Amino acid sequence: MPRINSPDELEKVRQEVLSRRDPNEPCISICAGAGCLASGAGEVISAFQAEIDKQGLKREVNTKGTGCPGFCERGPVVVIYPEEICYLQVKPEDVPEIVSQTIKEKKVVDRLLYVDPSTGEKATCESDIPFYKNQERILLSSNIKIDPKNIDDYLAIGGYSALPKVLFQMTSDEVVEEVKKSNLRGRGGGGFPAGRKWEGSRNAPEPIKYVIVNADEGDPGAFMDRAVLEGNPHSVLEGLIIGAYAVGSHEGYIYVRQEYPLAVENVNIAIRQAEEYGFLGKNILGSGFDFIVKVHQGAGAFVCGESTALMTALEGRAGEPRPKYIRSNVVGLWGRPSVLNNVETWANVPLIINKGADWFTQYGTESSKGTKIFSLVGKINNTGLVEVPMGITLKDIIYKIGGGIPGGKRFKAVQTGGPSGGCIPEELLDLEVGFDELSKVGSMMGSGGMIVMDEDTCMVDVSRYFLNFLTDESCGKCVPCREGIRQMLKILTNITQGKGKESDIELLEELSETAKEAALCALGKSAPNPFLSTLQYFRDEYEAHIKEKRCPALSCKELISYYIDPEKCKACTICGRKCPSDAIQGGKNLIHIVDQEKCTKCGTCLEVCPSRYDAVRKISGEPVPPPIPEEARTVVRKSKQK
Amino acid sequence: MSDILLSIDGKEVKAKEGMTVLEAARSAGISIPTLCHHEKLEPYGACRLCIVELESRGGTRIVVSCVYPVEKNLVVRTRSEKIDRIRKMILELQLAHAPDSFILQDLAKEYGADRNRFEKEPSFCIHCGLCVRYCAEVKKKNAVGFVDRGIRKEISFIPEIASKECWNCKECFPLCPTEALQAAYVLIDALISPLPSVKLEAAK
Repeated sequence: MPRINSPDELEKVRQEVLSRRDPNEPCISICAGAGCLASGAGEVISAFQAEIDKQGLKREVNTKGTGCPGFCERGPVVVIYPEEICYLQVKPEDVPEIVSQTIKEKKVVDRLLYVDPSTGEKATCESDIPFYKNQERILLSSNIKIDPKNIDDYLAIGGYSALPKVLFQMTSDEVVEEVKKSNLRGRGGGGFPAGRKWEGSRNAPEPIKYVIVNADEGDPGAFMDRAVLEGNPHSVLEGLIIGAYAVGSHEGYIYVRQEYPLAVENVNIAIRQAEEYGFLGKNILGSGFDFIVKVHQGAGAFVCGESTALMTALEGRAGEPRPKYIRSNVVGLWGRPSVLNNVETWANVPLIINKGADWFTQYGTESSKGTKIFSLVGKINNTGLVEVPMGITLKDIIYKIGGGIPGGKRFKAVQTGGPSGGCIPEELLDLEVGFDELSKVGSMMGSGGMIVMDEDTCMVDVSRYFLNFLTDESCGKCVPCREGIRQMLKILTNITQGKGKESDIELLEELSETAKEAALCALGKSAPNPFLSTLQYFRDEYEAHIKEKRCPALSCKELISYYIDPEKCKACTICGRKCPSDAIQGGKNLIHIVDQEKCTKCGTCLEVCPSRYDAVRKISGEPVPPPIPEEARTVVRKSKQK
Repeated sequence: MSDILLSIDGKEVKAKEGMTVLEAARSAGISIPTLCHHEKLEPYGACRLCIVELESRGGTRIVVSCVYPVEKNLVVRTRSEKIDRIRKMILELQLAHAPDSFILQDLAKEYGADRNRFEKEPSFCIHCGLCVRYCAEVKKKNAVGFVDRGIRKEISFIPEIASKECWNCKECFPLCPTEALQAAYVLIDALISPLPSVKLEAAK
């Protein structure tokens, strides 16, 4: 491929790409994102290729592995164009039927369609499935249409059309103004307006400037940036090149965590292809603008998602935040002005340039515009990535898109913002999602993790979990963070083990204040949030643990006991056989008893007790009833009485 | 370079551009406690003991004085109820590791810190980084460094460098705010314990 030297040449190449593709020809798109690959998408892709070959359809049918469309719960996801038929949980053995039925006969394979659990109705197309229908997918909708390893796919959907517009029709000032007007705020956690950040760098006197993609996504349960970088790497690159032009930078970095091998692979391929086509390198599209991008793999430290730590790591030193009272867009990487934005922020830029700031601001609330991708995980029916307009309520995300809580359980809280965020209770489910709205209730937008919790989740344990995560992931440099969270974790662990003291809550609050006020970086300052927000909304749970030694969610192992109800036990012996620690005294026709001394509280007995008996239960905060006397233990069976 | 006028604890202080609030305060004889600060070293901002309050836009905000650059008309307070409360907590957290450090004990007296507030985990090291930074910045040898992160972070001498450099230097020993022999202990430990690779060889 010779380099493209002008916008006209680019349009010619695009037309050529499109002319090679007949939109009416069948195309099989199979999600090859990390989630679907883990559920066997690789085998499904091979099976399709083999079957297409076998049936002699290779010339008419295009098969490709694509980016993640988000419905991970039902992967591997297959979409067949031009009809856009969506098949879920496809296995290699389904492939021959799909090819002979759908591709050849144009018939739908009913059993692979989405079935609405409440109405029983089937949905043929992606757009009919409630999970997708209630989203606003301006970023994610392209993923299933393109093979991320093929730049022509991105060109075919109109990719790299914002770039020539910027380079040939706009001054760098106009680009900054457009992004400012769109009020695009950083999707990585801070929510700082991207346009203002760019402007600060642009106006800084130092001539050498950098632009950086933060792809060090590390919040537990979050994978939005992975999906975008894996699934549509060119959209991030295009945004980055536009940003570089706007601030006057000629060198960019993509800081991506090593634990995302597919994202690393795809973005490297994308950079190579973009260089070959002339979107990167010297004299881009003949505009005279030069820009190169390098990929830097992180070494697995959560704290490197923090801007100054990331830059320190890029410089080749240990990834520790540095104290800053001058913003890094003025003094950043190697002391030079550096614009650091998150993957999703960059990916929004080409859309804003193409469609205009006014189009972008039609979505959202007063202070938060556009859409946001959340990774919806935890106790939720439809696990996956969802892209929603800012301003949508939490209730709509969880119930309309997420399909509610599985197993008929009751919703308890939703955790947003990762370890720096907080838990939002049921009474606030009508909250509109936005940067300031979430901060106001003691949580935060963060990068978009959304963990749904049901009634079985102990909120004290949740805060202990996040503090534990942070004791590993703090860089360990400053005292309020390293020592503060060390002590907070100790206290919270004690509380979950029934060793809490009345003064503990006050001490935790004091440690929180020290971290919030005096820690060096955002990680430390926000480290107490999981505790503070759970205390704010679930104080009764803390008090139950401390005062009554009771875990209301029946989750903290040290505070619960398993008990077999003698009225209900039918001596079926299943629990006795399954108990791994031999803690159940049973026998034929004898009511079973849990030996509390031996019990390790693994919960196996509760799981295996047949639901028609429902004899095992968890108790907390009260003594276990004494075992029934030996003479009363014999089960009298009705059938035998006759 | 012109002088910058700022107010620290109600006193008008003259400072040079590029100075930190800590430097300006000390030059005016106003003391601010520090543990990780050293004139010869780059500001580190880790112990957070030197926090001060700035008056800004009607409210106050807390910054660390060893890093914050002086600005014209800055209004700084080096003591307040809140600052004292946070300093007390920082000291108590550190005393769990080095309960017998004289410097910590003196500061504890000043701020009413209780050395027994937290369960003792005597590691002696309070991660001020003075030895590490002195070796890197002044001696340019990097014979001692931090290993691991989070609550498992600790200092460690690099035997290959330490065996050549340290015996004739030992300039980091007196810098240690908890116990002068702390560094010596860690140094000897690094030199006498066989390297992991040697241990592996021996195990074969």
